[in-house]
Formats: sequence, C-alpha cells, structure tokens
Amino acid sequence: MNKNKDTSDKNLLEVKNLKTYFHQEEGVVKAVDNISFNIKQAETLGVVGESGCGKSVTSLSIMQLVPQPRGKIESGKILYYQKDSSVPVDITSLSPRGEKIRKIRGNEIAMIFQEPMTSLNPVYTVGEQIMESVRLHQQSRQKEAREKAVEMLRLVGIGSPEQRVDEYPHELSGGMRQRVMIAIALSCNPSLLIADEPTTALDVTIEAQILNLMEDLQKKFNMSIIFITHDLEVIGEMSDRIIVMYTGKIVEKATIEDIFYNNKHPYTAGLLSSIPQIGVEKRLVTIKGSVPDLKHLPAGCNFSPRCPKVMNICHTQEPPDIQISENQFTSCWLYEKRKDDVV
Amino acid sequence: MSNSEIREPAVSPEGQKEVNIDPDIQQIKSLSRFQLMKRAFFKNKLAIAAGFVLIILYITMVFFPNLFSTHPPFQQDRNNMYAPPQRIRFFDVDGNFNLRPFVYPYDMELDFETFQYEYTPNYDEKKFIYFFNRGFSYKLGGFWDTDIHFMGLESEEDMFFIFGSDRMGRDIFSRIVHAGRVSLTVGLVGVALTIILGSFFGTLSGYMGGIIDQIIQRIIEILLSFPTIPLWAALAAALPQDWSSIRIFFGISIIIALRNWAGLGRQVRGKVMSFRESEYTIAARIGGASHLYIILHHMIPNAFSHIIVIGTLSIPAMIIAETALSFLGLGIQPPMVSWGTLLEASQRVNVVINYPWIMIPGLFVVIAVLAFNFLGDGFRDAADPFSS
Amino acid sequence: MTAFLVRRSFYMIFTLIVVSILGFIIINLPPGTYLDVYIAELQSMGTATAMEQRQAIVQRFGLDQPLYYQYWNWISGFIRGDFGISFMYERPVSDLIWSRLGYTVILSTSTLIFTWLVALPIGIYSAVNKYSIGDNIFTFFGFLGLSIPNFLLALVFMVISARVLGHTVGGLFSMEYRDAVWSIGKFIDLLKHLWIPVIVVGTAGTATLIRIMRGNLLDILNQQYIQTARAKGLKENIVIYKHAVRNAIHPLIMQLGMTFPQIISGGMIVAIVLSLPTVGPMYFEALAQQDMYLAGTFLMMVSFLLIFGNLVADFLLALVDPRIRYE
Ligand SMILES: Nc1ncnc2c1ncn2[C@@H]1O[C@H](COP(=O)(O)OP(=O)(O)O)[C@@H](O)[C@H]1O
Ligand SMILES: [Mg+2]
Repeated sequence: MNKNKDTSDKNLLEVKNLKTYFHQEEGVVKAVDNISFNIKQAETLGVVGESGCGKSVTSLSIMQLVPQPRGKIESGKILYYQKDSSVPVDITSLSPRGEKIRKIRGNEIAMIFQEPMTSLNPVYTVGEQIMESVRLHQQSRQKEAREKAVEMLRLVGIGSPEQRVDEYPHELSGGMRQRVMIAIALSCNPSLLIADEPTTALDVTIEAQILNLMEDLQKKFNMSIIFITHDLEVIGEMSDRIIVMYTGKIVEKATIEDIFYNNKHPYTAGLLSSIPQIGVEKRLVTIKGSVPDLKHLPAGCNFSPRCPKVMNICHTQEPPDIQISENQFTSCWLYEKRKDDVV
Repeated sequence: MSNSEIREPAVSPEGQKEVNIDPDIQQIKSLSRFQLMKRAFFKNKLAIAAGFVLIILYITMVFFPNLFSTHPPFQQDRNNMYAPPQRIRFFDVDGNFNLRPFVYPYDMELDFETFQYEYTPNYDEKKFIYFFNRGFSYKLGGFWDTDIHFMGLESEEDMFFIFGSDRMGRDIFSRIVHAGRVSLTVGLVGVALTIILGSFFGTLSGYMGGIIDQIIQRIIEILLSFPTIPLWAALAAALPQDWSSIRIFFGISIIIALRNWAGLGRQVRGKVMSFRESEYTIAARIGGASHLYIILHHMIPNAFSHIIVIGTLSIPAMIIAETALSFLGLGIQPPMVSWGTLLEASQRVNVVINYPWIMIPGLFVVIAVLAFNFLGDGFRDAADPFSS
Repeated sequence: MTAFLVRRSFYMIFTLIVVSILGFIIINLPPGTYLDVYIAELQSMGTATAMEQRQAIVQRFGLDQPLYYQYWNWISGFIRGDFGISFMYERPVSDLIWSRLGYTVILSTSTLIFTWLVALPIGIYSAVNKYSIGDNIFTFFGFLGLSIPNFLLALVFMVISARVLGHTVGGLFSMEYRDAVWSIGKFIDLLKHLWIPVIVVGTAGTATLIRIMRGNLLDILNQQYIQTARAKGLKENIVIYKHAVRNAIHPLIMQLGMTFPQIISGGMIVAIVLSLPTVGPMYFEALAQQDMYLAGTFLMMVSFLLIFGNLVADFLLALVDPRIRYE
C-alpha cells in the first residue's frame, strides 16, 4: 500500500442516479430512488438516516448483492476505479454471480454488517472463515493463509490469536465477533470498506473500541470507508463527509462541520436533535411520526408529513435539488423559496 | 426543532400504562392482523379447494350419510359378490343418448376353473338412476323419518354398485359414505384431545421452566421414543373386548392422542418460551398480572394461530393412524365401519389382485388426508406471512 | 463433547428403564393372558400333567406374584438374553426374534439411507429454485407421498406388479433363497427384493424430509452469514453447499429421531402386505393372541432401536455442530 494522502482527490467510486427497487406483489418498493454521490480515495463517507431509508440497499447495490429475484438495480451507474486501472468498471453492468464481480467482492470492496452475532457461520472456526477469503483472493497455501489469519486477528486487537484462530464464533463475544468480521474484511487489503451499522448491536464501550480500531486501520491500510449508521453521533467522529438519506433519497450532502453547525434540511436537524446530550435530562427529542411505508409515499416531499417547517408546496410537489455551496447540497423547498421570493 | 413532539423514551415504567390505555389500538392491530391472515389465506387457491373438498366430504358423510348413500351399508346381494364398479352411462350400446343416466345390470357366472365370479353387463336391460327418489327409510339428521335419497334406482330391491361390491355383495360406495363418518370424526376428536394436552403441557412447560419444564420434557421424550404403530396396536389390543363400538371409537382416539400431543407440546413450549421474554409479558408482570392471567390472556391467544395450524396438520396423522389400526383389525370394531375397516378385506393380497376396487376406500383416505394437508399448509402460510 | 455424550447416554438409560416399565404394563393390560388359553388347551387334552405344567410356568414367571415382581423377573432375564417364552409358538422368545429383528434393522437403515439420498438433493433444489416449476412439482408429489398410507402404497404395488409382471413382488427373498445359507447370490437376491419395501416405507419420510430441508435451507439462505459468504466473493455454489447446506442439515439430523420411528412403524404394517420376514407380522399376531412375552419383547426391542437411533442422532449432531459439542 503506497497510496498517500495527495491521491485522495481522486474518486474511487462514483454512484450516479442509482435506482434499486423491490418488486413485490403489493407494489414496488423504491428502496433506493435516484441517488448520486462519490467517494474519494482514503476518505470516510458517512451515510445516515433512520432505519428503512435505504442505506443497506445502497451498500448491497455497490456489492451487486441486492437480494434476488425481487430486488433489482433499475438504472444508474456505479463506477469503480480498480486498483490497477484508470478506466472505471460499471458495477451495475456486471452479472451478480459472474467472475468479475466476485474478484472485486471481498478483495477490493469488503463489507461488514450490523449483526456481529449472526454474521459469522456458526459451524466453521474463526480461522477457517478468515482463511477462506485469503485463499480465495490471494491463492495462498493453507499454511500461509493460517499465518495471515493469526496476523489479522492480532491486528484487530484480539488477544492470544494463535488460540482464538481455532475457536468457533459462539465462543466469542459480540465485540470480538465484529473484530473478526473486520479481520475478514481487511484480510485482502480492500480499497473500499463498507461498514453497515457495524456498532449498532454493540454496547457503548465496545462501540468506542471498534470505532477506534476502524480509524487506526483506515490509516494503516489507507482505504476508503463508507460508514453507515442511523446515529449521527457515531458518524461525527469518523467521517469527512456525510450524506443524509430519507426514504431512498439523499436529502442533504455536506461536510461534517456543515452537518453539525450549518445544516439545511429539517430532517438533518431532526436527526441531530435526537442525540441525547450528557448532563441534559434524559429526554429524547425525536422527529414526530415514523418513516412512511415505501409503498405508500406521500405526495410531494416524502418528509412533508413529519416536517416541522412544512409549507403548502411541500405537499404537492417534489422538492428541487439545491446546491447550497460547493460542498453542500440539499433537497428542500425552503431554500428554493428564499431565492425566488419575489416571483 | 422546537416543534418536534416530546416523547417519553420507549422503556419507562409508564410504558405499561400505555399498553393499558390503548385497548382500542390493540384491538385494531389484532383485527388487522387477523384480516391479513384471512387475505393471505384466500389467496391460496389450493387451500381453498381443499377446504371445499372437506366441506363436501363432511356434509355427505358425517352429517347426511344416509341421504347420500344408495343402499343401507349392510344390505347384501348374493348375486353380486365382488361385482366390479358399474359404469354410469348416458349412451347405450347402440349409441343412443339418454338424458337420464343408467346402468346395465350384471349377469353373474362362476368360472369353475379359477373359482372367480365373472360379471358381464346385461345390455338388454337399462336401470335408470333417479335423483331425490325414494329408497330405504332412515332418520335424516337423526330425527326426521324419511326415505328420500340423493340418487338411486327405481326399485329399492335392485342394487347398483358405483364402486363395485365386496365379498358379501355389499355396495362399497354406500359403505364408504357411512365409514366416512367414523374416519372423518376420529381425527377431530383425537386432534381436540391432542390440542388440549399439547397446549396445556407445552404452555406449562415453557412458561414455568425449571423443574416442571424438565419433568414434562422427559415425559415428552419418553412418549416420543415409543414407535407409534406398535404402541397404539398394543394399547388398542388392551381395550376390553366387551366394550361397545362407540366406546372403542373414543378409546382409539384417546390412545392416538395420548402419544401425539408430545410433538405439539414441544412446539408450543418453544413459542411460549419466546413470548415469556417479550416486553409485553415483562410489563404485565411488573404491572402485577398473575401467571394464569398472562397465560390465558396473552400466551394462549398468541400461540393460537400456531396451535390451529399444527392441529390441522395433525388431523391427517390421526386419520392415517385410525386407518392403519383398523386395517390390522385392532381399531374400530363392527358394527361400526371406518375406511380402515373396509380396507381390512384388502389384507389378503390375492383378493386385492383379483378385485382391486376393494381398495377404493383407501382413495378416500388419501383425498381427505391430502385436503387436510393443503388446508393446514394454507393456514400456516396465512398465519406466518413471512415464512414464504 | 464427552460430557455431552455421557449426559445423553445417561438420559438414554433412564428412558430405557421407564420405557421398559411402561411397555411391561401395557403388554399386561389385557385381561387374561395367553397362559389361560394355553392351560385350558392342555387341560382339554386331559393330560394329567396339566396342573403340574401350569404350576411350573406360574413358578417360572412368577405369575402369582405382584406385577412389580414379574417385571423384575422379566427385565432381569432380559439382561441375560432370556426374554421368556412364546406360548403361541411354544418356544423361547429368543429363538424367534433375532432374524426378524435383523431384517427389520436392514430394512429400516436401507430406508433411512434412501430417504436421505432422495430428499437432500430435492430439498436443496427446491429451496434454491423456490417457486420454480420443478419446485412446485416436487412439492405436489411430496404432499401426495405424505398423504398415502404406506400399506396402501404397498397394496397398489402388489396389484400393479401382479397385473403387469404377472407375479407379485412380496417377500425379501425368492423361493430358492428363502431358507438357504448366506451367499453372494442370496445377498443379491435380497437387494432385488429390498427396493420395493424401501420405496414403499420411505415415501412418507422422504416427503417430510424434503419439506424440512427446503424450509430450513430457505431460512438459512436468509441468514446474515450467507450474505457474508457472498460478500467474500465466493461462488454461489460454494455459498450454498459449504455455508448453507452444512447448517441446514442439523434439523434433519434432529429429525432422525422422528424419521426412524416413522420408518419402523410404517415398516411393520407394510410387512404384512408384502409378507416380509420382519418384526411386524409376528408382533401383531402376538398382540392378537395375547402372547405377552413375545409381544412385549418386540415392543421393547423396537423402542430400544429408536432410543439408540436417537443417541446416534445426538452424536452426529454434536459432530456437525460445534455449539452443541461445547454446550
Ligand atoms: N429483501 C427485501 N425485499 C423487499 N424489500 C426490502 C428488502 N430489503 C429491504 N427492503 C426494503 O427496502 C427499504 C430500505 O431498506 P434498508 O436499505 O434495509 O434500510 P436501512 O438499511 O436504511 O435501515 C425498506 O423499506 C425495506 O422494507
Ligand atoms: Mg440497514
């Protein structure tokens, strides 16, 4: 890994107008509905939103792992700049079971999931599961792979890795299992790590440890991370830029500072205000109502029924995309109105 | 932000109050859940067809067997022993069409080489079939003296055999209709018992845990380690010989249920154990509800759909068990008849080979069992929409 | 692992004891015994020794003693390989049962292997190709197989073979081998006959297993670790066979404890129709004649087989599932 920080202006991944739908008997679920974003090398991109907003489906789309046969990438492009080539591949054009995408999965783009308790196969040892990945992508022999597994376990901070390598997942705690997942993900030096709510199921102290670990490893491996969470607080420590998702759409895109101190979309504000503050009486201010059923979305802006700043137009017309500044974007009528006040 | 509604965090001591103040919401939820199930069920065409078949079977055989049978089940015809099924015809041998269906009666001859009865239709004589005509008299629904039958020949004396006749010249069709009454109810009685025992012990075991759970689990294990047929056969053989056939009938269903509840008990226990940990139960306990209250008002209703599914799916096992026992001669005793007792005649293989129609009662076993399986499967998919 | 096996073995012994007590009680339930019939017969022949013989038998089995004494008598004989006497055959039970038990074991294990060999691939296919035409066809035949009592299936086989082949397909041996000593020829002859009872007895079990395998595999395919495996870049086949099937097999092994009784029970009735030299026909005859030691021994032996089968299933489960091994 001899990338250095000054290459980090180069895009690693560009998602363009991605639509991923689920076709169910009762109707079409537009889980991801026309989103675009990109991620630079060695950058951490945070993705936030309440659950059910399409974060996981976005990440599965990048892996070409959208559940078949109901789920389908309808349109859009996912351009990925591979390690050793300057021409990007469009992941959406690859066959989900084909060899090309399988060479990327786990090797160049790795993923860890929300549920450490169920992410590991209960009938194989931790070592076997790390080695499987190593042997698949690096064609190494049994012995080398095993050494690599031990090394990875040590790297992710698991004590006495020589013994742990032969243990089964059920012998490990949730935090340990998530460390193992990270070890598997990083075992082939990926350029991009997608972490889908990696700490949601863990308690706070363990969460902090895992976050620290990920930060350390990111520096060590010089990789990009897409960090998904429904908790803005967590993302604050990790990310360079953040995209906020609601009902399959991106409602705001900004740097971490702007999200916290200069946010534009009422949904972002709502998410921020539900972070419990230490010292303040433990009352959560939450956004009223809940995420609507994606099969029965309201007319106009999807957020309108819950929005504290809702206006008439929000109920009838979809909000426009507004570029607030070079690095900030939002999709909300509030800012359009300000501009065209006179009209 | 200031507009945002302020809410109590989800897990608070008042959380329980919320459950109590909103009975209407609870109601609506459970109603719509039920309606969801209903909708899911009615989408399953196979299950509906199965339900329809079962309704017909129960109407014709359990409720009005005499109306639908063409002869009394014990009426014998010495000239028509082992007669093959008679074809119901609309066209006669000359190709003339008759709107009223008819049969050709048989001429019987004993083949002295093979010692088998040979039947040839007598094409000179047409016996017309009449619907809702008069035949033997009986009490409709057990009360009402009548002699109307769904169908029959003009004269009560003449017999015709849609499914052939047995060794004593009795009409297999009529016997199947009468036997259906026993075969189709033995399962229900047995399942009722199975459900009572299984849900009682399963709930007790799952809810109480500890030593009670251990004991019940061991009992279930022991019951399950007896092979069914030999156990049932041994118990059935132990039923006193002087019992009336109705007592034997109940004895048999109890015997079958006595082992079969074990499986249901295990499954209910699993369900209940997961409910026990649910927030609702914990909240109710904090609110001071008694164990019995929780079991009756929460556990059982919640496990109910599950119990119905398993219940429906275990009727087939009951029907097959009764059929098997009666086939062995250890089940239902004369003068009662069941599909199994009708099949007992098929034990002698050389007889079946010559007169295969005596296996037709088995076809009805298959139809009933298949229908219950499809119905139960439909219930299951409806009760658990996420399983498929 | 050892602790687990020791505990299961301990349960097994406990279950065996309870089962033997229950079995003895059940067999003794019918009022009167074959002994009454037997003695009446002896007396009617006017043998002067009838009373003496009766006395001898009563003494030997302690029939004038309380039931628990009789049980003890019987079960302690059992351990020594003395199962009492068959009144019907007037021979020691141990002379009668071994070959029948042997064929029962052969038939049951062959059937078990058959059900697995057929059910596994079909179940996997059905789960992986959910709702495909093939899946629907298999599902339908599965239901059908589940709904036909196996003795009826046996009858249908017999009728068809008699009508089409011109001879019936019953028994486990052809005439010339029936009483012959074991040889390659006899073994091949056995195989030639075995497949029919195996199919007949195995149909229902196969249908059940297919449904269980399909359901489990569908569950497993929704598990997070399957997604993990795919995310590693593994081939779909490896994901299915190495990661999913391996986990979906557990409930099937657990099901062994249920399949095995099904097979043994089913086999007993089928044996009557197909005239197999297995436990079934003799057991039912013994029951009908209230030949209590013969019937009791069979009931006990068959239960032993099941309990032992369960132990084997537990053992296999521990082998494939590390969670159980370390429990
Ligand atoms: N396999 C699936 N089949 C049908 N709908 C799905 C499936 N997976 C996700 N969805 C739907 O897509 C939407 C987005 O889900 P997801 O991306 O998992 O949300 P998030 O990760 O933000 O919590 C949800 O409404 C969910 O119901
Ligand atoms: Mg998610």
